[in-house]
Amino acid sequence: MLPWTLYLSLLGALAVLAWPRRWAGEARWVALAFALAGGVCGVAGGQAYRPGAELLTLVRVPWIPALGVEYFLAVDGLNLPLVWLTGLAAVAGILFSWNVTEHPRAFFALYLALIGGVYGVFLSFDLFLLFFFYEVAIIPKYFLIARWGSTRREYGAMKLALYSFAGSALVFLGLLALYVNAAADPGAAPLDLAALARQPRDPTFQRWVFPLFFVGFGVLAGLWPLHTWAPTGHVAAPTAASMLLAGVVMKLGAYGALRAGVALFPAGVTAWQDVFLGLAVAGILLGGLVALVQKDFKFVIGYSSVSHMGFVLLGLVTLNPLGLGGAVLQMVSHGLIAGLLFAVVGRMVYDRAHTRELDELAGLRLARRLPFAAGTFVLAGMASMGLPGFSGFVAELSVLVGAWEARPAAAVITGAGIVVGAAYIGRALQKAFATEPPAETTATEEPEKLEPITLPERLGALLLLAATVGLGLFPGVVMDYILPGARSVLAPLRAGGI
Amino acid sequence: MNNAAYIQLFKLAGPEMLIALAALAVLLVDLTLMRGAPVRARRVIAVLLTGVGGFAAALYLLQVPLRAVSWGGLWAVDPLTQLVKLGLVGLAVLTAVLSLEADYTDHVGEHFALLLLATVGLMVMAGAADLVLVFLGLELTGLSLYPLVALNKAGPRATEAALKYFFFGALAAAVTLFGFSFLYGLSGTTNLAGIAAALRGRGFDPLLALAVVFSLVGFGFKVAAVPFHLWAPDAYQGAPTPVAAFIASGSKLAGFFLLGRFVALALPESGDAGRAALFTPGWVPAVAVLALASMVLGNLAALAQRDLKRLLAYSAIAHAGYLLLAVLALNGAANRPAALAALVYYAGTYALAGLGAFAVAGHVERHAGAAALNHLTGLGRRAPWLAAGLAVFLLSLAGLPPLAGFPAKFYVFAAALNTPHAGAVSLGLVVVALLLSPVGFYYYLRVLKLAFVTESEKRPAGPDAPGNSPQGGENRFGVETAVALLAAAGVLGLGLFPQWLLGPLQAAVREAGG
Repeated sequence: MLPWTLYLSLLGALAVLAWPRRWAGEARWVALAFALAGGVCGVAGGQAYRPGAELLTLVRVPWIPALGVEYFLAVDGLNLPLVWLTGLAAVAGILFSWNVTEHPRAFFALYLALIGGVYGVFLSFDLFLLFFFYEVAIIPKYFLIARWGSTRREYGAMKLALYSFAGSALVFLGLLALYVNAAADPGAAPLDLAALARQPRDPTFQRWVFPLFFVGFGVLAGLWPLHTWAPTGHVAAPTAASMLLAGVVMKLGAYGALRAGVALFPAGVTAWQDVFLGLAVAGILLGGLVALVQKDFKFVIGYSSVSHMGFVLLGLVTLNPLGLGGAVLQMVSHGLIAGLLFAVVGRMVYDRAHTRELDELAGLRLARRLPFAAGTFVLAGMASMGLPGFSGFVAELSVLVGAWEARPAAAVITGAGIVVGAAYIGRALQKAFATEPPAETTATEEPEKLEPITLPERLGALLLLAATVGLGLFPGVVMDYILPGARSVLAPLRAGGI
Repeated sequence: MNNAAYIQLFKLAGPEMLIALAALAVLLVDLTLMRGAPVRARRVIAVLLTGVGGFAAALYLLQVPLRAVSWGGLWAVDPLTQLVKLGLVGLAVLTAVLSLEADYTDHVGEHFALLLLATVGLMVMAGAADLVLVFLGLELTGLSLYPLVALNKAGPRATEAALKYFFFGALAAAVTLFGFSFLYGLSGTTNLAGIAAALRGRGFDPLLALAVVFSLVGFGFKVAAVPFHLWAPDAYQGAPTPVAAFIASGSKLAGFFLLGRFVALALPESGDAGRAALFTPGWVPAVAVLALASMVLGNLAALAQRDLKRLLAYSAIAHAGYLLLAVLALNGAANRPAALAALVYYAGTYALAGLGAFAVAGHVERHAGAAALNHLTGLGRRAPWLAAGLAVFLLSLAGLPPLAGFPAKFYVFAAALNTPHAGAVSLGLVVVALLLSPVGFYYYLRVLKLAFVTESEKRPAGPDAPGNSPQGGENRFGVETAVALLAAAGVLGLGLFPQWLLGPLQAAVREAGG
């Protein structure tokens, strides 16, 4: 049933395209139906997998026998939670795009194609197939931003596409190297990820190839200093696209770095650990500090994504189960929280106030006029700061503990990053929602009525909020899946078989 | 030569004969039966005849499998050459369909006859196993294509393009012939396999290096590799679009297949002793330099182009560089089947995408007067199917899945990395190719941005402006759209299921290699 998440999304894209032009406005219902169906398939299909079990093969057929490539979809404890996250994010994104009126069919078709690519990456267990889906996702991203985006959209979209593609070029090189290296051993499927993870590989080879995968995928995960596409891209993107970008697409990079980097090259990670620990910590700290001085509300959230993705990358290279598990949990958690924050800024605030400048928002008394938006932002902000009771707390704490075990210094600096995170959320909250305008203006004019928050927005926000609070209170729901998965990824390293 | 040998020749060269017959039939019918008929009707009849000839040749290629028979050592017929010829016939028929809109000339019969004769030349190139026949194929193709480029007599660019194409072609042919004479002098035979046998184990020989470098000039010209590329941008831009499409697709496929076979059959492999091993046969460094120069110059120069056809020309040069990586990978017997299959797959899928892209360029040119990039603005709204086709072709050229260019790139690069005795060179070239791929992606995406994203705010006035053209009705479903959709379906199908072509190709290479 799980492969249907992928098929339904791609079928949905076709169905929306084929939807009659007369009812173009209703295309969103079709998109919602397909996204919901995909999400339900993900949850229902996931029941077949028991936490801690071995790899569950879903489909495995020869695809390009000439190259030894298989169509191989499977789940384990690490990708299943991400599949669930994708379902949630997809549905929420459509709810927050309810007001897209410009070429809605093309918009939702590209949106569903992107979702399909994301599901494909998460489910693939053949590296060629994974890379295939990874690159499929580039084009919908570009057009979603360039056509339906806002501030400097063509620039942002091009920058995002070029960064992704340049990262892909590195991954491509790594893929080729691995293919040639693995094909030298007689084997049926040289790019079967599960088999590759078990094979011992020459440490020198690992040291050369690991950074190709980690940096190449890391570009999309906001690896500092290659993260600069992220803020511009997020800001330029339409709300649903920035929710998806920050919510799921950045996770593609992190997931690729985990699955094709950390899991396949234990000796490579060990050799490069300090470098990437340093870059991850720099991302956390500098991303947060830059977010602190932004004037544009959306840029604050954009840079906060870089900072939070730093936790993911940090966890990936801690090389202990807690850190690695925390990284995967942080992917899920940040997917929910970033989606929520972008929804508040892009849809609830910007579509109504038509400005995102924090100084201008300060004069609008949004807390009184959009109480739901303010409330959502307070909760999402608390989650983003990593307060207990929200998913961010468990995830970032696990990463911190993992980092402490690996390199205490990294954990200490990261702690400072958490403080910065609280500061920029607090500042944005205070400026955008909690500032009373100077007395003379309040007396003179009564501001025009803002369009009230609509039902789809409320539903979407509640969906994401419920998920993040649920994960915060019961992290075991997904941690039981993630931790055994993380242990099995690290097993070759622990056994010393590098 | 006795009768039996002639019958054998007719059997082996059946497809070529059929195409040549079709060429004569087109010419004859146009000059007799269709005399005085409206030009459009003449074109329709010519396309029908071309289609019949192409169909007959394709049937012959599919139904009469002749395996590894060689006629006096001149002519090789094996499953691989048959497969490539099938592709060439298909490309020729698509080009003929595109030429339905060739309203720039009333030399209808000559137009289609020359196109078919060029196809015969390409098929001869694909099947040649002897230096004499190689040269014959190159010249037959060239001499048919030069007048085709010049056929648009009213266009000032066409004449310039044809002259440039002709002068460069003639010079390249002369140099190649000179190189061939050296090869003959060194080995005492014109048979490709015989040359290889005579040259094997000679060690480094300056004369051999000279012979190889001179011989490569002609191939380099045919496939538009730097530094023999100078004709390409002008010829692509100035030539009537169907002709440019054929030069970019058919001529490229046959040229690369011939180059691959020439290298694989006639030139010795590197020995396995030491650093100088790479240089012993002489061709490895030469091809490596051509590949590097083509990739770098093609990609960088494409960035500056403002005309779709010129951009495609420079991108073709860049792709020639990638294809030369596959040629390089032919060094080494173990790697040879994979490298040859990769070469043909890449060249074939490239040809399909290139032909489609030129179909779109032809449409734009017909409606806006020129294929300048800014005439593409708003194409996504004016002609959605055509624009979708353009997206498929350009993204395939950029090497993005799920399109055919992606597995092609993977296969070629993997074959290049597997090259024995040239590990560092190939690795370096693959790294350069991958570093340049975002550049390529950028200029393709820029075109798509114009077609889909940029809003045409104000329509420039005048009859040349898009949308104001006298023909009007740009979204009418024309032949360009049909050809583009067909090619796009092929590119998408081969991207989703590369095995459809790779499977038969690998089987053919195995059988042919025997």
